[in-house]
Amino acid sequence: MGKRVAIVGFGQTYQRSSRKDVNGVELINEAVVTALADAELTIRDIDAIVIGNMDHFEGINYVDMWSAEGSGAVMKPVIKVCTGGTTGTTVAMCAYYHVASGMFDRVLAIGWEKNSESDTTGAIITAFHPVWERPTLGGAVAGLAIEASKYMHNYGATERDGARVAVRERLHALNNPYAHLHQEWMKGIPPEKLVDLIVGSEQNAMLAYPLRMSDMCPRTDGAAAVIFAAEGKAEKIAPVPAWVHATANRHNFVYAGDVDMDRNTTIAEASKAVFKKAGVKEPLKEIDVCELYLPYSYAGLKWIEDIGFCAYGEGPRLLWDGVTDMDGELPINPSGGVMSSNAIGATALIRVGEAALQVMGRAGARQVKGGDVNLAFATGFGGCYWGDIMLLGKKKPA
Amino acid sequence: MSSGEASQPFNWSVGKHGSYFLQQLRDKRKIVGIKCPGCQRVYVPPRPVCGHCFKGLTLDDIIPVSDEGTVYVCTIVQFGFVDPSTGIQRPVPYTWAFVKLDGADTCLTHFLDSTDPEKVKVGARVKAVFEEKRTGNLMDIKHFAVL
Repeated sequence: MGKRVAIVGFGQTYQRSSRKDVNGVELINEAVVTALADAELTIRDIDAIVIGNMDHFEGINYVDMWSAEGSGAVMKPVIKVCTGGTTGTTVAMCAYYHVASGMFDRVLAIGWEKNSESDTTGAIITAFHPVWERPTLGGAVAGLAIEASKYMHNYGATERDGARVAVRERLHALNNPYAHLHQEWMKGIPPEKLVDLIVGSEQNAMLAYPLRMSDMCPRTDGAAAVIFAAEGKAEKIAPVPAWVHATANRHNFVYAGDVDMDRNTTIAEASKAVFKKAGVKEPLKEIDVCELYLPYSYAGLKWIEDIGFCAYGEGPRLLWDGVTDMDGELPINPSGGVMSSNAIGATALIRVGEAALQVMGRAGARQVKGGDVNLAFATGFGGCYWGDIMLLGKKKPA
Repeated sequence: MSSGEASQPFNWSVGKHGSYFLQQLRDKRKIVGIKCPGCQRVYVPPRPVCGHCFKGLTLDDIIPVSDEGTVYVCTIVQFGFVDPSTGIQRPVPYTWAFVKLDGADTCLTHFLDSTDPEKVKVGARVKAVFEEKRTGNLMDIKHFAVL
């Protein structure tokens, strides 16, 4: 068994469509400085750094090297990890392992992306097999649309069900000053009416059937930094540290054509492993809040089934019953989630940071349950349907 | 940046198993898969390792599969983007479908000949249409025709 570890600080930049005022290094620095201030630490207190982004997106390799001054890595141990969409959660897991091993006391995890400097679709296509897959692949949008097609076929889900997820995420984002999309026009309109407006809108362009503009995450510039600390140090840094209760990840296949589209098996298995380790028997009842990497609307229906919050095919019911809204039994993505901000290399780390804020009771206008959050569940998601999970808690884990 | 006129200095090996698959496409208009003697899964395209069993698969494990199959998942891509392999805008709309060929357990990812939402559906039956002049490339299958 390793050491117990907690999150003691979180910093993020404002997520925006284009941050032309800063370069990548400066963007990273914004998040790092904010996280250090949050934990009332200086860079001298940090023992090691883990950093990641989608390293082919901006057309720049060796981010660990060229960002050293902005990240604070000068003359410190630094490791880059890059696992696609899950990069942010993998960075978090890696930082956690650094501390849990007993080798480091305080480790900084950094995720960032400047999508405005990249061709996201072109770059994502190069992540797939050049001979078997690239000729036909339509980037992330098409890669998610195919999954939606299967979910709709299997369970009779409709465009309205997908839109209901989008409405939840965008309404929640209105509480989050850091979120990229702030659709102010939605304010004060009931969710069902918003669904009608979105589904009926002629401006809501079809991207890849059944996904329309409203069903997708945006392309965002942004960075995030999370500070992990060991037991004995963590309690001195944060009044309420967010303890890591369990973490797990699963991968499956190389080729998209091998993936089981009926279920998100990696998220399912990683969730099971985390629940087993943390002794969670009834996830819907025991988990207080989720920050899920939901890059498109229908994921908000299907993947909550895979996690085990409800039975297969029941995702839409949870949505429409308001179970996952801010005041529901299991609020999902009070931050507005990925569908409101998607700086890809930062995205999954923001899920972890936001989950930590909820546990710490410091999430401001997006805080759920009056700050009384005992367990918060965060996920990362990667392109061939792989998954990372991190479960955070207020009580020190057994 | 644009790479429309540029050539790409990449050469990718598809290995022995992938080469055999492409040779069969080019020379015989046949599609082959590989059957794992452990779990009996049939993979298309063939590959040298069964990920489930972590068992090595030899060319002797290659078996023919049908050139007909079922659409497992699909979408109609409508947004325009530059194809990173060619530097040219991919013509849209097009249908991207995962075809589970009869006799296979995994899907081949390819185009369909139609963008009619009434025909492009999970469960639709499809058949491979081969190019007249074939060069040993996955695109020797021009597309799958909706039956």
